[in-house]
Amino acid sequence: MVDRSSLDERAAPEPGGRRAAKSAPSREPTDRLVNSRMHLAMPHDSAHKHVTGEALYIDDLPEPAGTAHLYLGLSERAHAKITAIHLDEVRAFPGVLAVLTAADIPGVNDISSTGRHDEVLLASELISYHRQPIFAVVAETRDAARRACRTAKVTYEDLPPVVTVEEARRAGSEFVTPPLKLERGDIAAALRQSPHRLTGSMRLGGQEHFYLEGQVALAVPGEDDDVTVHSSTQHPSEVQHMVSHVLGIPSHAVTVEVRRMGGAFGGKETQGNLFACLAALAAKKLNRAVKCRPDRDDDMTITGKRHDFLIDYEVGFDDQGVIQASDLVYAARCGFSADLSGPVTDRALFHADNCYFYPSVRARSEPFRTNTCSNTAFRGFGGPQGMVGAERLIEEIAFATRLDPLDVRKRNFYGRGERDITPYHQRVEDNIIGEIVETLEKTSRYRERREALRAANAKSRIVKHGLALTPVKFGISFTATWFNQAGALVHVYKDGSVHLNHGGTEMGQGLYMKVAQVVADEFQLGLDRVKITATTTGKVPNTSATAASSGSDLNGMAAQAAARMIKERLIGFLAEEWSVPGEEILFEAGLVRARNRSMTFEELVHAAYMARIQLSAAGFYKTPKIHWDRKTGRGHPFYYFAYGAAVSEVAIDTLTGEYRVERVDILHDCGNSLNPAIDRGQIEGGFVQGMGWLTTEELWFDKEGRLRTHAPSTYKIPVASDRPRVFNVEFFDGGGNREPTVGRSKAVGEPPLMLAISVLHALSDAVASIADHRFCPRLDAPATPEGVLFAVEEMKARSATLCREAVR
Amino acid sequence: MSEARNTLRFIDGEVSRELSGFDPTLTILDWLRLGERRMGTKEGCAEGDCGACTVVVGRLVGRRVEYRAINACIAPLASLDGRRLITVEHVKAGGNLHPVQQAMVERHGSQCGFCTPGIVMSLFALWLNESEANEERIEDALAGNLCRCTGYVPIIAAAREMFERGRAAKEAWTARSTDIAERLALLQDERRLEIVKGSRRFVAPASLDDFAKFYARHPDATILAGATDVGLWITKEMRLLDTVLHPGRITALEAVVEEEHAFVFGAMTSLADAAKPLGHMHPHLAELFRRFGGEQIRNAGTLGGNVANGSPIGDLPPALIALGATVTLRREDRRRELPLEKFFIAYRRQDRHPGEFVESVRVPKLGATSLFHASKVSKRFDEDISAVCAAFRLTLDANGHVAEARLTYGGMAATPKRAPIAEGSLVGKAWNELSAEEAALALERDFEPIDDWRASARYRMRCAQNLLQRFAVESCEAETQTRVAGPLARHHVRSAGAEASFSGGL
Repeated sequence: MVDRSSLDERAAPEPGGRRAAKSAPSREPTDRLVNSRMHLAMPHDSAHKHVTGEALYIDDLPEPAGTAHLYLGLSERAHAKITAIHLDEVRAFPGVLAVLTAADIPGVNDISSTGRHDEVLLASELISYHRQPIFAVVAETRDAARRACRTAKVTYEDLPPVVTVEEARRAGSEFVTPPLKLERGDIAAALRQSPHRLTGSMRLGGQEHFYLEGQVALAVPGEDDDVTVHSSTQHPSEVQHMVSHVLGIPSHAVTVEVRRMGGAFGGKETQGNLFACLAALAAKKLNRAVKCRPDRDDDMTITGKRHDFLIDYEVGFDDQGVIQASDLVYAARCGFSADLSGPVTDRALFHADNCYFYPSVRARSEPFRTNTCSNTAFRGFGGPQGMVGAERLIEEIAFATRLDPLDVRKRNFYGRGERDITPYHQRVEDNIIGEIVETLEKTSRYRERREALRAANAKSRIVKHGLALTPVKFGISFTATWFNQAGALVHVYKDGSVHLNHGGTEMGQGLYMKVAQVVADEFQLGLDRVKITATTTGKVPNTSATAASSGSDLNGMAAQAAARMIKERLIGFLAEEWSVPGEEILFEAGLVRARNRSMTFEELVHAAYMARIQLSAAGFYKTPKIHWDRKTGRGHPFYYFAYGAAVSEVAIDTLTGEYRVERVDILHDCGNSLNPAIDRGQIEGGFVQGMGWLTTEELWFDKEGRLRTHAPSTYKIPVASDRPRVFNVEFFDGGGNREPTVGRSKAVGEPPLMLAISVLHALSDAVASIADHRFCPRLDAPATPEGVLFAVEEMKARSATLCREAVR
Repeated sequence: MSEARNTLRFIDGEVSRELSGFDPTLTILDWLRLGERRMGTKEGCAEGDCGACTVVVGRLVGRRVEYRAINACIAPLASLDGRRLITVEHVKAGGNLHPVQQAMVERHGSQCGFCTPGIVMSLFALWLNESEANEERIEDALAGNLCRCTGYVPIIAAAREMFERGRAAKEAWTARSTDIAERLALLQDERRLEIVKGSRRFVAPASLDDFAKFYARHPDATILAGATDVGLWITKEMRLLDTVLHPGRITALEAVVEEEHAFVFGAMTSLADAAKPLGHMHPHLAELFRRFGGEQIRNAGTLGGNVANGSPIGDLPPALIALGATVTLRREDRRRELPLEKFFIAYRRQDRHPGEFVESVRVPKLGATSLFHASKVSKRFDEDISAVCAAFRLTLDANGHVAEARLTYGGMAATPKRAPIAEGSLVGKAWNELSAEEAALALERDFEPIDDWRASARYRMRCAQNLLQRFAVESCEAETQTRVAGPLARHHVRSAGAEASFSGGL
């Protein structure tokens, strides 16, 4: 007997697919099937190497003989004209091999990732932000290069720096990229006709990626124009493209390779370009391998971060808290260049609705140029900021109507078949947020706990408790439609071992493992038979960044397509050999069988080779259904949505503003998870990272535009004791992705980060308890202890005013 | 005095090493990665704050070896003299994963894997030193290790499992340790260690007298104790220190002597070791120590270093001043003792003459008539530098009125400092929220707080004031919950009853 069900499912996923494992237990393999299938909770492919220190990151690779080291000379001003650069002392410094300035660039002195030509590799005339690179020193050792940099003398003519969004607005700063407007309905009329209206604004801070492995590149020169760059990048094809432009050589001369990154989170989508280009430039100039690895403090000051926003809002609503109209302006600190600020601020607007239907809406972005590092991609890519704005609206309405915020949320959820048009005119077709929230409300005992915590607050003078449930709806697909394509390369060697390569990069998210599971599953082989290989532009060309949560959706499908091509050739060959219809040939547990006959996979492969069957295939995938017209603000930019919800409980100390996240309950939708262990890791890790963003992670720029929190001693990401004291994570059993994604799974990289918005709202709830929940605390983020204490004091003051008025 | 020794001797895993002629301030991490090309130990921040570089160092204490996790990125290689270094490469034995590693794999404790070797080493140290650990203890052991991917949940789960799995492995490690102890004993000698390269040198005397003599003769030498601050001068400021004088081999400087009314700590007592007697004296002191840096920093950093460094935001000086601690300064054979508060003169400037060093710190015990309180407020609760650190000691008279008040703050001025006006307002009064409020108002005349990225001056002042209220509430209303995090808060949560929080029940 053959277990047909599993095979049928692979051949043609049924609508709805298989049920996801609830609360993600590891799905034990059956005897019948090898330990390789999709949907199993397999450990990360490199887990053994991680724990032993054997996993190689770029700084760990053996250095070619004569490897030189490059370090960067950085600006001491945020905005200035360079009047002179004196580098004689630098050149004379012991061990220095070369000093590079803008004049040494043979190609184009530009690394603008969106082709706007607004991002110089090395500044020569104008300084646009503090710690902008001006020159590079190549020396025998990193230490010598670093010391030599400090002997340079650069003189400046200071210009006034524009540091904050408010300053940019006041100064009438230009936009780095054309702003976007999403509009539906007559916003002015709808606001006028609303029974209630309110306005407000919110400050929302940025976030440093704090990947544990900093930026690094190692360039190895070859013959002719050739250069190979080992770059810690999420986007090898872009690094390739940038290196070719900077060096003025064709892309075919540049190979970019990355086996793994020690974390990236969006911080290596474009930010690796600088280091890779300089290393390549120096390598070709000196004809020696050149490595560039900035110190943590320099990494943090040079590279861009999550965009901080100033959100202005006006909302109209009725007595029941139902929104009639929303008018939103999202102003962002983009930094000195566009980088990805266009798509980031666009995505903020795409998520300015979160799960809520706005009958009339206008949402506008203001992507301001500032004299700060160029803000960039960061997990969620503007989406989290958009959503925080939506949740603030809900909160304001809840306080204005004195309804439970959860009830206001539910009343405003998108409908099914009605009230389902987004501000960008895409219909929400796969809405499951209602079920998720209903379920979570019950399992987390939201209502009872809310009552109990309020009772406890009444008796607790100093410590106050707060509780909040917030939902997430996150659009999956690059809004730059052409990025939604992927390639993969699969070779089957004569011994039956499989070589897998694709355009996705591994940054810890387990993409390599998931794609290997897909391929192993296709051939029904053990994972030890599938070799996961480093991402390289030489094997799969013109790849997209591993970003937008799309890694496994795109590369999983491309790899599956490649594996299926080879499999079909093998089936065709064997059908002829055995004289059986191809449909009867089954791959199972390392064997291939039909009727009474079977052979091992190796035997088949060897026989096919002898019969001159091609055992290599390039797979390709492009996401269907999507389109987007930015000019009209209309389209179907997202293939599907990922959903989830979280309930957070916090306690705050009203004397110091200190707080603790006491308990978190999450219900998240991964579709049919490709690997529940990995997905659980994404949910937990994303949540804690999001929590850090909204609480203790504070980017503090001084008036001169200098970032003063540029090391872990001053920039505080969560530590072990910050994680929620009780942390319940469940997977939503929703029957899989409605769309035919790989294994009916859903993207999971970014969406869980936004579940942490519940922490901000729980803090706000606790603060509001001071004044008996009469006023919206309008808590900005990050809600540091200082921010919480001052919000508490404001509540106390407003409460006292109210008392005085009552007495009068 | 016999001749100096120019060769560093230590045990690297199981292998005896002798090294000379290297850069005197070369860090353990750079030696591993650049010299040995041993790449398992990672550089995350090069300032002792992320833990990716965590290694374990064993040193002889009596006849046994004591193992502790430290940050290799800021620890000088030369400080390993007479010690044993264990790196992540040593942990896997005979091709088999160590129980810590096995648990980390099975519980999915790594994602990007870059912090993982450091986390493995912190957990390995915990596994080696303790036979079990609850979640709070595990969190402490990991407070100095940042992970940006996992949210720590699976790492904690792995840590809980490692003890169960590791019995046999532990016997093997312990058995080898006896042999190591004998080998380390042979490395201890009376000669001064001098690592010299060009005009720069690392000097580690074997005796206190030799140290005192050397420093008197070379008062420009930089004393490097635990290297948790001086290490950053090297890695971040790239200072080329001419003569580094290291007291790490002088066991006399690590002595803790209990007298009837005081503890006397040798200046090289590690923060981890000082935490024991002082933490025992008062739970707030235990908590202050628990939150001092991460475990790696507490293992390397010293009591004397924290005092001599004179930072306005050092975590210990406020508590030590409140307790009435004194420092003994020594120059050659001359000693003088002065109250710690008199030691700090101005920002990073102390009353220390050329050639004079902090030899010991005497900390009076709390009397029965004393009330004590210590609080630290920081942006992140664990492993952060304080925005405000406060320590209060009140001595009450027979009527329960304040006879003496010592209110001391860090983060409120250029030095750790007492609040004389606020103190004066309390004397002769009953200690309660009312008198606390008066004292709080007086603080505005006592201080002009620091205003920076850790906290605004306004926040610092408000916390400083509110901490007096916290102290009063904790003194007068034991049942009122006043804290949200750390063991002290958990105590209060329990006493406040189950309904106050649902966090207790899983």
